[in-house]
Amino acid sequence: MNKTNKYSMKNVDLWYNDFHALKNINMDIPPNEITAFIGPSGCGKSTLIKSLNRMNDLVEGCKISGSILLDGESIHGNIDVNALRKRVGMVFQKPNPFPMSVYDNIAYGPRTHGIKSKFKLNEIVEKSLLDAAIWDELKDRLKKSALSLSGGQQQRLCIARALSVQPDVLLMDEPTSALDPISTAKIEELVIKLKTDYTIVIVTHNMQQAVRISDNTGFFLLGELIEYGNTQQIFSMPSDKRTEDYITGRFG
Amino acid sequence: MGKRSLVLVIADKEIAAKILFALSASAAILAVGLICVFLFMQGLPAIWNIGIINFLTGTSWRPTWDPPLYGILPMIVGSLYVTAGAILFGVPIGIFAAVFMAKFCPSPVHKILKPAINLLAGIPSVVYGYFGMVVLVPFVRENFGGNGNSILTASILLGMMILPTIITISESAIRAISPEIYEGAIALGASHENASFRVVLPAAKSGVMAAVILGIGRAIGETMAVRMVAGNQAVLRMPHEFLSGARTLTTNVVLELGDAYGGHRAALIATGVVLFVFILLINALFSMLKKKGGA
Amino acid sequence: MVLIKSLFRKKPVDLLLLLLTWLSIVLAAAVLMLVVGYVLINGLPHIRPSLFAMQFTTQNQSLFPALVGTLMIVGLSLILAVPLGVFAAIYLVEYAKRGSRFVHIVRLTTETLAGIPSIVYGLFGFIFFGVFLGWGLSLMSGSFTTAIMILPLIMRTTEESLKSVPDTYREGSFGLGAGRLRTVVRIVLPAAMPGILAGIILAIGRIVGETAAIIFTLGNVARMPNSLFDTGRTLSAHMYALANEGTHPGEAHATAAVLLIVVILINALSSRIARLIKSS
Repeated sequence: MNKTNKYSMKNVDLWYNDFHALKNINMDIPPNEITAFIGPSGCGKSTLIKSLNRMNDLVEGCKISGSILLDGESIHGNIDVNALRKRVGMVFQKPNPFPMSVYDNIAYGPRTHGIKSKFKLNEIVEKSLLDAAIWDELKDRLKKSALSLSGGQQQRLCIARALSVQPDVLLMDEPTSALDPISTAKIEELVIKLKTDYTIVIVTHNMQQAVRISDNTGFFLLGELIEYGNTQQIFSMPSDKRTEDYITGRFG
Repeated sequence: MGKRSLVLVIADKEIAAKILFALSASAAILAVGLICVFLFMQGLPAIWNIGIINFLTGTSWRPTWDPPLYGILPMIVGSLYVTAGAILFGVPIGIFAAVFMAKFCPSPVHKILKPAINLLAGIPSVVYGYFGMVVLVPFVRENFGGNGNSILTASILLGMMILPTIITISESAIRAISPEIYEGAIALGASHENASFRVVLPAAKSGVMAAVILGIGRAIGETMAVRMVAGNQAVLRMPHEFLSGARTLTTNVVLELGDAYGGHRAALIATGVVLFVFILLINALFSMLKKKGGA
Repeated sequence: MVLIKSLFRKKPVDLLLLLLTWLSIVLAAAVLMLVVGYVLINGLPHIRPSLFAMQFTTQNQSLFPALVGTLMIVGLSLILAVPLGVFAAIYLVEYAKRGSRFVHIVRLTTETLAGIPSIVYGLFGFIFFGVFLGWGLSLMSGSFTTAIMILPLIMRTTEESLKSVPDTYREGSFGLGAGRLRTVVRIVLPAAMPGILAGIILAIGRIVGETAAIIFTLGNVARMPNSLFDTGRTLSAHMYALANEGTHPGEAHATAAVLLIVVILINALSSRIARLIKSS
């Protein structure tokens, strides 16, 4: 049976005022796999990932054309943007826990979507922290401020927070760029484990990371998708000269 | 159906909140509008009745005469005198103190001085006025002559009162100058004093000017403290009469509004209008300079 | 010693500048010490229980009714101005498009309000609330007038604290599917709360220190207001009356000291909160 794609993008163009940030992007993202976006700074990879849950709506002067389908349905159509973002979780470049307790950080999402029962919230907090493999570290510190955690713990907390609203998709925008190697390894391990339940899109600056964890890789340059395909293939025999230059470190 | 109406309720709440916030933001516009309309509506006809020339250049204020005389030139001049005096005392000290705070002050000292200067700004005008009454008035009387309730006393007191305004705003203007400018001067062999006063301070010129303008606004608008030390005679003074008392635009209002009726009240409101116009001009100048300073 | 030696090595101009800066800051500090010192030293010995008697009489010159009047004016004024100012700031920071015409006008008028002297507020409050709306000299007239006075202060401090909340908090909340209102109320406002509080305390200080705008709106009668439309006085207005009458110098000294202590406490509280924000 042919797997239906989670995301399907057709002729996506995006402008920030006069700046043409994404040019005619066509790509499909398969479910329950890890898809990595790589490319030099300013190539559009972060812009594209932010388009997948419409975080770009927050940027003044941002215009988008073309179609982005999630499970076959346009994310720009007659759809509640908050419901979209509930379905599509996001983890940011720098860990951004809210200035409240660990517990309240995780419970914020479910509460936002109307869950009030203390019992249910407890359950969600525990499950989310378990899924993010940080329950053992934090189970005795649920009432402590999330800002007191280490950077790596904060980022896994943010992953748990993203999981708390039971999304289908997890978008990760350079989630390890602010972390040390040990924390990075823990997050990578976690991401691989998560792909059985979630579709994961990750933007990364670190090519080794893309090789280690992703199934598919898209290479971006100056707002264009240069090459997209199986990660092993992209990194062993890229078909485009520019991809080869980038992954062999000749520019970027 | 149920789900759809839920979405609608949420969207409505968002829209309602946005409208509430926008209406609140309009409150400031409404307030300024009301103040302008009511002051001008009641003040301008009075100025018209008195005659704008008679009102602004008349040297006699005799509200109880028949017919009454409403000339506010003594008050305009009085306001200018005490404000000029305040600048004379407050501005040099304020600017030097600001340079000290920004460039010469060791950080532990700054931690003490900063709240001290904030406190200086927070002391109520009546307390300043009271201090002026019991300390400055006798001081001026004994050392300079006159009865102590004078333009000079009001000037000294206002000079003290505008210090925190001038220090705080000048200090932040000086601090906003990028350190490269200072370092550039030091690298050329300039001394710390030279670099601070000849390079950094001039670079912060428009911010410091804005501070002075705001200080002028404070001084010209101050009421209670002046009322308590300036003698308050509505007499046109010459500059050498700085040991005599004077009345300002502000004190003219505060002295008489309590028991004024009819044309007298209208003339006081008109005095307020003149003051208000002065303040609007000063504010416009201030925001122009602030924009120029890029602050 | 080292300091003195280094002073001698300086050029005369530099030395003069250095001396002038020191002299100026010493003078500025002296002004504070002189005012605070004089008022406290002369006032504290005159503070006695009769000053806090429930009823004002010409003998006791009690400041208690004025203290209660101050609390009432502060309370009412905050009830009016805080929601308005905070909501307005939320609109400017979280909703409005930057550089829109509306925002420009709001900023212009807010700056204008901030520059209007208190006597003009007093005059306006008198002719608008007192005469035009017929509220007379009353708590209503007084608190509405002071509410307009503190509005720009509340707006500005709230705006600054909202702006200092990192955008990552907002992104995090939006990313979880929260709407703008929920993001603002649950995430941004709590994070900005200390700054807003510091602004509110500054505003309280402003009202407590206000006289010119009070005496023509609230009035200056030595009794506690017994309704929203009753007159009264605040501590500053009481101080003004005492100083002008000049018949009770001891009580005047004591009242000045009490007023100053209240202001010092308010200031200390505000700068403590400000420091808390900086350290976190």
